[in-house]
Amino acid sequence: MPDSNGAVRVGVYVCHCGSNIAGIVDCKAVAEYAAGLAHVVVSRDYKYMCSEPGQELIRTDIQEHQLNRIVVASCSPHLHEHTFRVATANGGLNPYFMAMVNIREQDSWVHTDKAAATHKAKDLVSASVRRVVLQRPLDKARVSIDPNVLVVGGGIAGIHAALTLANAGKHVYLVEREATIGGHMAMFDKTFPTLDCAACILTPKMSSVKAHPNITLWTYSDVENVAGYVGNYKVRVRRRTRYIHEDLCVGCQECVEACVFKVPKVNDEFNQGLGKRRPIYLPFPQAIPQTPVIDRETCIEFKTGKCKKTCVEACADRHAIDFKLEDKLEEIQVGTIILATGFQTFDAKRIPYYGYGHYPNVYTALEIERLVNASGPTSGEVVLRDGKTVPKSIGIIHCVGSRDENTNRWCSRVCCMYSLKLAHLLKEQTGAEIFNFYIDVRTPGKGFEEFYQRLLVEGVHFIRGKVAEVTDWVFDPSEEGMLTLRVEDTLLGVVRRIPVDMVVLSTGLEGRHDAQEVRRLFNITCASEGFFQERHPKLAPVSTFTDGIFLAGCCQGPKDIPDTVAQAGAAAAEALALICAGYVEQEPNAAYVIAEDCSGCKNCIPLCPYSAITFTVDKRAEVNPVLCKGCGTCVAACPSGSLQQRMFEDDELFAEIEGVLVHA
Amino acid sequence: MPEKPGYLYFPGCSLRATGVAYEESLLELFRMLDIPLHELNDWNCCGATSYMSVDEGSAFVLSARNLSIAGGMEAPDLMAPCSACYLALRKTQDYVSHYPETARIVEEGLKAAGLKPLNGVRVRHPLEILYNDIGLAKIKALTVRKWQGGKIACYYGCQAVRPYDEVDRPHDPMRMDQLMNAVGVETVDYSLKTKCCGGTLTGTIHDVGVRLNYILLKEAVRKGAQAIVTICPLCQFNLDAYQAEVAKESGEVFDVPILYFTQVLGWALGGNLKSLGLKRSIGGRGLVRKWFTENREVLANA
Repeated sequence: MPDSNGAVRVGVYVCHCGSNIAGIVDCKAVAEYAAGLAHVVVSRDYKYMCSEPGQELIRTDIQEHQLNRIVVASCSPHLHEHTFRVATANGGLNPYFMAMVNIREQDSWVHTDKAAATHKAKDLVSASVRRVVLQRPLDKARVSIDPNVLVVGGGIAGIHAALTLANAGKHVYLVEREATIGGHMAMFDKTFPTLDCAACILTPKMSSVKAHPNITLWTYSDVENVAGYVGNYKVRVRRRTRYIHEDLCVGCQECVEACVFKVPKVNDEFNQGLGKRRPIYLPFPQAIPQTPVIDRETCIEFKTGKCKKTCVEACADRHAIDFKLEDKLEEIQVGTIILATGFQTFDAKRIPYYGYGHYPNVYTALEIERLVNASGPTSGEVVLRDGKTVPKSIGIIHCVGSRDENTNRWCSRVCCMYSLKLAHLLKEQTGAEIFNFYIDVRTPGKGFEEFYQRLLVEGVHFIRGKVAEVTDWVFDPSEEGMLTLRVEDTLLGVVRRIPVDMVVLSTGLEGRHDAQEVRRLFNITCASEGFFQERHPKLAPVSTFTDGIFLAGCCQGPKDIPDTVAQAGAAAAEALALICAGYVEQEPNAAYVIAEDCSGCKNCIPLCPYSAITFTVDKRAEVNPVLCKGCGTCVAACPSGSLQQRMFEDDELFAEIEGVLVHA
Repeated sequence: MPEKPGYLYFPGCSLRATGVAYEESLLELFRMLDIPLHELNDWNCCGATSYMSVDEGSAFVLSARNLSIAGGMEAPDLMAPCSACYLALRKTQDYVSHYPETARIVEEGLKAAGLKPLNGVRVRHPLEILYNDIGLAKIKALTVRKWQGGKIACYYGCQAVRPYDEVDRPHDPMRMDQLMNAVGVETVDYSLKTKCCGGTLTGTIHDVGVRLNYILLKEAVRKGAQAIVTICPLCQFNLDAYQAEVAKESGEVFDVPILYFTQVLGWALGGNLKSLGLKRSIGGRGLVRKWFTENREVLANA
């Protein structure tokens, strides 16, 4: 957009960023240097360009000096590119006539030699001035947002997000892998620090999900494929068959009672294997939906084909059971996706010296949750694995698979508090002497520290030290028949041996075993430890790097129930924000094909990480600008140079390189 | 069956001194298995754990000299029966590949001696060779004697299983137990199987070393074991040689045979008291004589 005389008129603004830049770079000298460059009409340095007066400078200069290109030398474009584009637009120019030079992160912050850093700043400004002259005016494209939402995972995070959206009038598909929603929270007895019953606060929400007219609930289902882009995702869901018609079953459970297995023999997953179930079963009494499942692996009919099928008899004329049922595939269209796929607990067998799996009376915390639970396998009676002995002494080992260089390095955040909760419940039920072995007791939450103080008053022991081993090695006759914890008591400064009847391992939280597969399925990022990566740890904690996909709950990192619910609400709000806006604007940085130059070699097609390139009938590559994220991979790979990218045109890049080289 | 190249054999100092029964039983066992062992030509000290803490560089060079002589990728694997030798050799390879400074010291040392640089011979321990290369099934099939002795505790010690996990699982090894079970020997669940035998403490801080041996003996007996079986000459020596002192310090009397796993396996496969070095036992001589009396043998497969 040249001025009336057709000339390009550039304004250069060098920011001090307080002393962040000016402490190392001589900003005044850079501005003076820039003033001498071709096309530069105005060149200034200023303390804070991002401040309102700084932006005002750009606006007024555009008008007073008829500027038509702007260069701002300041911080990273990640921080303020948007700010300066808006300032440029407010001055009446196309916002893409602005170029930013990073002289903070890439210059003043990483250098100590003032003269050299100033020289580098001049190089970079020279490059950008040459580049900005060639920049094109661009417009943002708008993409409409489908108001339907997919929520993956039916734990408390997914439940809360789904209900929030459904209550706002949006249609939600809630997909859960297990046969029931409820997740880990459904297994807990009570919740810290208020000790309210987990089932009492969770199961009403589970029922609301089932009953809500705006929620389509698919349990026992997996997301198999995700295609499309923000606002327009196409998702394929596999609904694994239960061999029971969900629409015909009334949830009477007479089939379960009628199973040829009179005594349940199969390890009950929901009860952590402490109880038994039949091959046809409901995971737990309050399961949602109230439709049983037939487990192919253990059902006699599937194993031999010769079962008496007493379950079918019991179902009688409802005819809900059908051994020939097959999986069903559903194709849905949604605008946004919330991932609430949760966590798994650390496998205690990975620390062999704590004896889990070797000594029967070593338990995981999740097993204890079921053991103290009134609806658990022992109806809430705390007995050892022999089924009768009440433990008189119990050791609870904190940080099993947390804060440990050998296993997982992170703090799992919830274990201190759930250990305190279990200590309280175990003491209440058994009167046992209870020892907590901790590295640090971390209680940073509302009412948490007060709960810890309450435990101290209740007479629960706290020993500061990492337990070396749990062993049946007897040193003193008093240890006979017991499990001895060997630990350095770091407050006492001695190594102690503490014999107990029961050991509880407070296992940490980790990403689910298939987190990397899920990451690929949804095209998001996942840290090596298996937690999904949020877009920004502080300012975008529920967003991902893929637009329209949000995170809630422990799939993003360990957190307790209050934080999970808060995050689920935030994820729902972010999804609603997109839906309510009705559209999103896209950065105009997509690649495009100069059709007459394209030889149709197809090199670019498999390289595109976003599947944005297709092959047309007239044998040319074509880029879908909505799918393209502007990574530039195809542009670099194109042998004929027919792929170009907006905002990164060849002439712009070469001019930028020349700009650095001319100022040697 | 294809002809086996066998293994290069690194005896180390222990197997020629306090652990001579280990060498005797090992050679006898491999002879019975028809697997040739070729003693490493002109071998020297492995570098050993104590030298490692005094002068690491020289210890690595000593160790590396053996590895260099053992040759390259095509050479047969190098078997080091002593846990300390195994660890020293294995550690040298590990450090040379991970730490440029160690690699430089070793390279210079080898060059000065006119030796080839290291190129990756595989260091092996006989426990893992018997388990992986020969296998439980074959050992079971070759067993000719029914075990007449009592239950035993398998004691692995520390150096063969940590920090490298190639011989067995670091904290709860089971391969010796499985080998023993394969020849009909009942083992006890010995919780102290990888705990410290005292190492060289028995010579330096004597009371601590003796106490550690007391703990090991007492728990094995409590678990119902009548003998302890080891894979390491230092473990064997400590447990065997200090039983009288343990009695003096603790007031509890122990008379427990401390055997090498190769002695028990060799016996099951048909070796005799003398060829397996069983006469060299100090602790539990009465039991050793009773268990390993040839006229009481019964052919397991008869």
